[in-house]
Amino acid sequence: MPVEIPVEQWPGRVIEETLGATPAEGGTRSRVVKVGGENTLPFMLTDGEMPNPPRIAIEILDQRPKDWSPLLLEAWGDVVDDPAKWAKAAEEAGADLVLLQLSLTRDGGKPTTAADAKALTRAVLQATGLPILVFGPGQVDADNELLVAVAEEAAGERIVLGICEEKNYRTIVAAALANGHLVNGRTAMDVNLAKQLNILIADMGLPLDRIIMDPTTASLGYGIEYGYSVMERLRLAALQGDKMTQLPMLVTPGFEAWRQKEAKVGEGVPASWGDWRQRAVLWETLTATNLILSGADIVVLRHPETVKRVRAFIDRMMAK
Amino acid sequence: MALTGLQIYKLLPQTNCKECGFPTCLAFAMKLAAKQAELSACPYVSEEAKAQLDAASAPPIRLVVVEGPGHKVEAGNETVIFRHEKTFYHPPGLFLRVKDSWPLEQVKGAAKEAMDYIVTYVGMNLHLDGVAVESASGNPEAFAAAVKAVREVTDRPLILMASDPAVLKAGLAAADGTRPLLYAATAENWQAVAEVAKAANVPVAVRADSLDGLADLTEKVKGVGIQDIVLDPGVRDPAGTLVTLTHLRRLALKKNFRPLGFPIITFPGEGASDVIEEAQLAAEHIAKYAGFIVLDRFAPEMAYALLAWRVNIYTNPQEPIKVQPGVYEINNPTADSPVMITTNFSITYFSVANEVDGSGLPGWLLVADAEGMSVLTAWAAGKFDAEKIAKTVKTTGIEEKINHRKLIIPGAVAVLMGEVEEELPGWQILVGPREAVDLPGYLKLWKSF
Ligand code: B12
Ligand code: SF4
Repeated sequence: MPVEIPVEQWPGRVIEETLGATPAEGGTRSRVVKVGGENTLPFMLTDGEMPNPPRIAIEILDQRPKDWSPLLLEAWGDVVDDPAKWAKAAEEAGADLVLLQLSLTRDGGKPTTAADAKALTRAVLQATGLPILVFGPGQVDADNELLVAVAEEAAGERIVLGICEEKNYRTIVAAALANGHLVNGRTAMDVNLAKQLNILIADMGLPLDRIIMDPTTASLGYGIEYGYSVMERLRLAALQGDKMTQLPMLVTPGFEAWRQKEAKVGEGVPASWGDWRQRAVLWETLTATNLILSGADIVVLRHPETVKRVRAFIDRMMAK
Repeated sequence: MALTGLQIYKLLPQTNCKECGFPTCLAFAMKLAAKQAELSACPYVSEEAKAQLDAASAPPIRLVVVEGPGHKVEAGNETVIFRHEKTFYHPPGLFLRVKDSWPLEQVKGAAKEAMDYIVTYVGMNLHLDGVAVESASGNPEAFAAAVKAVREVTDRPLILMASDPAVLKAGLAAADGTRPLLYAATAENWQAVAEVAKAANVPVAVRADSLDGLADLTEKVKGVGIQDIVLDPGVRDPAGTLVTLTHLRRLALKKNFRPLGFPIITFPGEGASDVIEEAQLAAEHIAKYAGFIVLDRFAPEMAYALLAWRVNIYTNPQEPIKVQPGVYEINNPTADSPVMITTNFSITYFSVANEVDGSGLPGWLLVADAEGMSVLTAWAAGKFDAEKIAKTVKTTGIEEKINHRKLIIPGAVAVLMGEVEEELPGWQILVGPREAVDLPGYLKLWKSF
């Protein structure tokens, strides 16, 4: 019995964006990374195309992490004391992108200064040829101060500045505009809030192909279903032709999964949780895999083994 | 797809005799369309019209049930492609595969380990659903012995896997008293397998490597009088599985294509080389449209992750899982035990309650009615503010149970401290840690606060 394959072609398409700039383009990256560009739901390659696979960013901190799981510290070893070495190690671990996360304070409590942020950004840019993202500590005042400095230091490199929220988007967008960067716009898991922020940012004159949207996410077992569905809804809106949702999506499964006890700790947990090492990687891997299935274009990860796992899955999903 | 009132009206006698209790056939038809009336209320409807109406009201994906004496799995009857459109209803059954070529002790051991496994997640006891016994030997006695061995260790449902109808028959005899799924009828053996399934009145899976072939098979099997069918479209790699299962879901829901309106069985282990990879594939199948999932590997951490993911994806997106607001006593608290407050989102409640419980220290946990939202979500939505916290303290009667006036609020809402102090004169407000994991350490210091 001949069955007609129910192909769905969509009128809309996610914008393709370029992260990083090579010397020819005014930067120093050894290659650029393109994200987005799909006109189909994730991996539905019978409906449309996905010119770029979902990309993997590895998150590195500006100093030895204080509250990270011992498993993460063990996996990275001493490089966590030196963001430049860490960036290099992240590249070797198979990242497409390196995300530098700045902290509020340094050296036993002194606030991170604009000069610190510049030096850190420079060090990371020199250590890796990959395009980078730099995220502020997540407090409006500090973010404004540090990210402006970062944007200037990295002028022309087409980095991604984050986190750009409703509270502080003006300063960060202005810094991106002035120095040729992109922004990561974060909203609290809501389709309309995401759209609104995109509109506000675009209204300032930043072209849509320099805006990434970050709908916030949660870990497996701790609210992931909300993030999963918001991303599916955003992506469906984009494919149906809603311009202000046609942006690639970034989420942070590494941060979310490693906050949870399932990944973080090995003791004082039920025996039914099984082997800690494997569970931890599984928790991050499944959080990321599931979010990729709902539309993530960039996942930010922490453990090198997760990077391998998620990469292998993406490769298999993209294989023709 | 459901028929409209007008379509139904055309199938009615159109005599307006009023015996159904409605003034006209059209009025009755409208009520039928709105599912507010039963067709049986009309004594005059023809058999043919009845059949058509029944067929139209049948769910686009048939509900298939497999059962053991102690547990059942229902798959199918889904109504949407994306969970946000309504909800997913029937979580896929998770089965572990064992083979009759293994020593019986190994069969038993593997089945027992997987079936005894229980994990508590947000107050629910989660477990796998059953065992798939595969005939690798091709020998009916060996198969029956393996089925028996499995039944000695579990009363959950079975999937019997063999291509030889005689082997399936032997397995069915050994599975007597349960309603297993037979796997699988193919282009080569369908007639004989269908006969076996029909005689035993059990569901049967059909396997073909193309949707055309699959639709042919289901029509043939239906022709024999079998309604409970499960589909195996033969794909094993994650990309092909996603695409094919999505096509099947669309065909059933959007095209109302009856020949493929059945739940789907998948085998993630056949496309994977270790536990983590198998878990990735199984996770994909849970989210994207499997009805039965047969695993080849078991590890507690994998089972936990997949079971949690299945709960997550199958929760109703309109309705967060909540716990009852009120006072919860943990580890027999006394008048001078600490008092903490949290929200009634079940993930929140259980992450806090489990930590306090695990610490072995006594405590009173107040749960505010925050409409099932997490601490920060509720705070941002105005459902967990100083007023709500004060009200919870007052209405739970906790003041009569304790001899101190100290309240620990979540670290995430430290900003509320001052306001809560104003709302609760005489109380001292303590800001607890941000994450529940750090509560045990914090509570050890309680005496010194
Ligand atoms: C899932 C989610 C939602 C879901 C709701 C889920 C639910 N049932 O609550 C949805 C999508 C509906 C939602 C909506 C909104 N959300 Co929301 N949401 C989240 C998200 C992603 C996860 C929340 C979660 O489930 N966490 C897990 C639970 C277990 O955490 P928890 O309750 O905080 O409990 C932990 C601790 O607080 C501690 N704890 C709990 N109780 C206690 C008690 C004591 C005594 C102690 C010591 C510790 C303790 O233990 C737990 C484990 O460590 C977070 C961001 C994030 N990744 O965390 C945003 C977040 C909470 N949401 C946010 C916002 C703003 C909103 C909205 C207002 C935005 C909007 N879309 O309009 C709405 C509000 C809802 C409304 N108007 O109806 C913001 C809050 C911002 C802020 N800091 O003020 C967040 C932080 C996202 C962000 N970064 O912007 N959200
Ligand atoms: S009982 Fe049947 S025939 Fe009579 S009015 Fe109702 S629907 Fe029409």
